[in-house]
Amino acid sequence: MGNTKSSKPKKSNIGFLSSVFAIIIGLLVGLVILFICNPAQALPGFLTILTGSFTHGARGVGQIFYYATPIILTGLSVGFAFKTGLFNIGAPGQYMVGSLGAVAIGILGEGLGPIHWVVALAGGMAMGAVWGAVPGILKAYFNVNEVIASIMMNYIGMYLSNWVVKSTPALFNTLRNESKNVAVTANLPKAGFDKIFEGSSLNAGFIVAILAVIIIWVLLYKTKFGYELQACGFNRFASKYAGINEKKNIMMAMVIAGAISGLAGAIVMLAGSGAHITVKDAIAQEGFTGIAVALLGLSHPVGVFLAGIFIAYLTAGGFYLQLFQFSTEIIDIIVAVIIYFSAFALFVKIMIDKFSKKKEMKEPGESSASEKGGER
Amino acid sequence: MQSLIFIVQQTIYFSIPLLIVALGAMFAERSGIINIAMEGIMIMGAFTGILFLNLTGNTMSGQLQLMIAIVISVVTGMVFSLFHAYASINMKADQTISGTALNMFAPAFAIFVARVIQGVQQVQFTNTFRLDVPVLKDIPVIGPMFFQGAYITTYLGVAILVVSTIVLYRTRFGLRLRSCGENPHAADAAGINVYKMQYAGTLISGALGGLGGLVFVVPTSVNFNADVAGYGFLAIAVLIFGQWHPIKILGASFFFGVMKAISASYSGIPFLAGVGIPSYFYKMFPYIVTLIVLIFTSKNSQAPKAEGKPFDKGQR
Repeated sequence: MGNTKSSKPKKSNIGFLSSVFAIIIGLLVGLVILFICNPAQALPGFLTILTGSFTHGARGVGQIFYYATPIILTGLSVGFAFKTGLFNIGAPGQYMVGSLGAVAIGILGEGLGPIHWVVALAGGMAMGAVWGAVPGILKAYFNVNEVIASIMMNYIGMYLSNWVVKSTPALFNTLRNESKNVAVTANLPKAGFDKIFEGSSLNAGFIVAILAVIIIWVLLYKTKFGYELQACGFNRFASKYAGINEKKNIMMAMVIAGAISGLAGAIVMLAGSGAHITVKDAIAQEGFTGIAVALLGLSHPVGVFLAGIFIAYLTAGGFYLQLFQFSTEIIDIIVAVIIYFSAFALFVKIMIDKFSKKKEMKEPGESSASEKGGER
Repeated sequence: MQSLIFIVQQTIYFSIPLLIVALGAMFAERSGIINIAMEGIMIMGAFTGILFLNLTGNTMSGQLQLMIAIVISVVTGMVFSLFHAYASINMKADQTISGTALNMFAPAFAIFVARVIQGVQQVQFTNTFRLDVPVLKDIPVIGPMFFQGAYITTYLGVAILVVSTIVLYRTRFGLRLRSCGENPHAADAAGINVYKMQYAGTLISGALGGLGGLVFVVPTSVNFNADVAGYGFLAIAVLIFGQWHPIKILGASFFFGVMKAISASYSGIPFLAGVGIPSYFYKMFPYIVTLIVLIFTSKNSQAPKAEGKPFDKGQR
C-alpha cells in the first residue's frame, strides 16, 4: 500500500511537471519560429534569450530582479484571487490606477519628507484596492461575473488615469505627453542594491515584493481568514452553510488582490528610473503578464515568485535579440505558448498516470523472474 | 445636418464590427464555450486581411480586393480559434486561460511577422473600398447616411445579423447548438454530438471574430498596428449587455457605437462641443453603463447555463 502511494505523483508534482512541460514546449516553439524567420541566426538568437541576461554580470542579474518586481506582484494578485476562486483579469486596471495614485501623491505630496515614498506606495495600494473592490462587491452582492466587471474596470481605469493626468497641469508633461517626474523624496530607496548590483535599477521595491509574497503565503496557509477565503473558492455555498460570511470574503479577496496590483503600479512609478504614465489608450501590459505569471506559478505565492523571475529573465534576454535582427515580441509569443500549454495540466496528469500505470504493470512482471528467465 | 450624417456614419463604423464580433462570441457561448480570445482573433484576422491589402496594393479593383481580404480574415480567424477549441474541448482546459494565451499571442505574432516581412510593425493600406449604391444613394437624408461612401462590410454585418438570428432560432443546427450550451448531458443523451457542436460554435466565433477585426480597421484607419483598441473585450461586454440574444446584441452594439462615435468626433460638432463634457467621459461612459446594467440583469441572467464548463461525456 505504502509503495503504490509513493509511486503516484503528488498533486503539486503534477502541477510542477505541467509547468515544466509548458515551458519546454514554449521555448521549442520560439526556436522553431526563429528558424523559420532566419535559419542562420536562429540558434545564436535562441541562446541569447537563455543567456543574454547573464552577459552583463551583476548589473544584468539586478535588472532581472528589477523587471520581475512588478510582475511578481501582479502575478501574486491574480494568483491570490485564483486561490479564492476568482479570476482577477482586472490586474491591468488596478495596476494603472495604482500608478495614478502613486504618481499623484509622488508629485503633489512634496512636504511629506522621508515618509513620502511610503505614503505614495500606500496611495497606490489604496487605489488598486478600490478598483478591486468594485468587481468584488458586484460579485458578492449582485452575482455579477467578476471577469466581465474587471474588464470594464480596466477600461474605466485606463481612461480615468489618462483623464486625470492630462487635465491636471501639475501632473502633466505636455511636451512628452506623459506624467511629470515624481519628487525625489518619493523615489524608493535603493536599499544597498545599487552597490550589490551596480548599474542596475533595482530598488527597495523588490524587498516590498518579497514581503508581499511572504504575507500572502502566511495569510493563505496559516490564518483562519485565509482558510475561509480558500473555502469560498472551492464552494461558495458550502462555505456559507458552514457559517462563513462568503459575501464579505469574496469582497475582501478582490480588495486584497486589487491592492497588490496597485502596489505593483506604484513601485514601477516610484522607481526613479524613468517610468511615467503615458497618455495613450492602451492597457498596461504588466497586468496581463501577471496573469501569465500566476498561471505558470500555479497561483502559489512561492511559485509566482519563481515564475515572475523566470519571465523577467526571458524578457531581459529578449532585449539582446535585437542584435540578431529579431524583434523582442518573440518573448511574448513564447510566454503565450507557455500559458496555452500550462492550461493542459489535465493532459499532463493523464500522461503521467499512463506512464506510472505502465511502470506498475511492468514492476510485478519483473519481480516474477521465473517467467522472464523461462522466456530467455 | 452635415454633422448628423457624420455621426451616423461614424456610429456605423464603430457598431458594425462590434455587432459581428459579439454575434461570433454568442455562437461560442451558446454552444458552451467561453471565448475570451475574441480580441486576439480580431487581431489575427485584421492582420492577415490587411497584410493582403498591403501586398496586393493597387493590382485589382477595390471591391474585389476587399472581398478576398474578407475571406482571408475569416479563414485566419477560424484557424486561430481552432487552438481555443482544441484546448477547451479536447483538452478540457480552463477556457479563460486558453483565451488569455491567445490574446497574448496575437499582437506579439502580428508585430513579429510584420517586422520580418517589411521591417516595421505598421501595415499600411490604401482605402479604395468606398462605394455609392446606385438609386438608393439619391434618397434624401437616408442616402448620404447609409448609401454614399459606404463600405460593403456594413451590409455584410446586417446580413450576418439576419442569418445568425435565423440560424440560431429557426434551424435544427441552432436548436442543437443552444441545447449544448444549456445542458450538454441532455443534448448528448438525445444523440447530439456535443463536441462537434462546440467545435462548430467556436469556429463560427473565430470566423466572425476574424472578419470583425478587418471590418473594424478598414474604415477607421489607414494602417494596422497589431491593435484593435480593445474591441474584442468590448464585444464580449456587448454580448452580455445584449443578453446573448441577436436582436438585443444589435441594440447594445448600436449604443456602444454611438458613444464611441461621440467621443471620437464630438469636438467637430458644435452642439456637443458646447456642452463641454470632456471626451474621456464619453469614452468611459459605455463601460460604466455596462457595469450598471450588469447589476440589474445578473439576477436573472440569460447566460447559457453550461458555459465555461468543459463537457465530459463520462461525467454524471
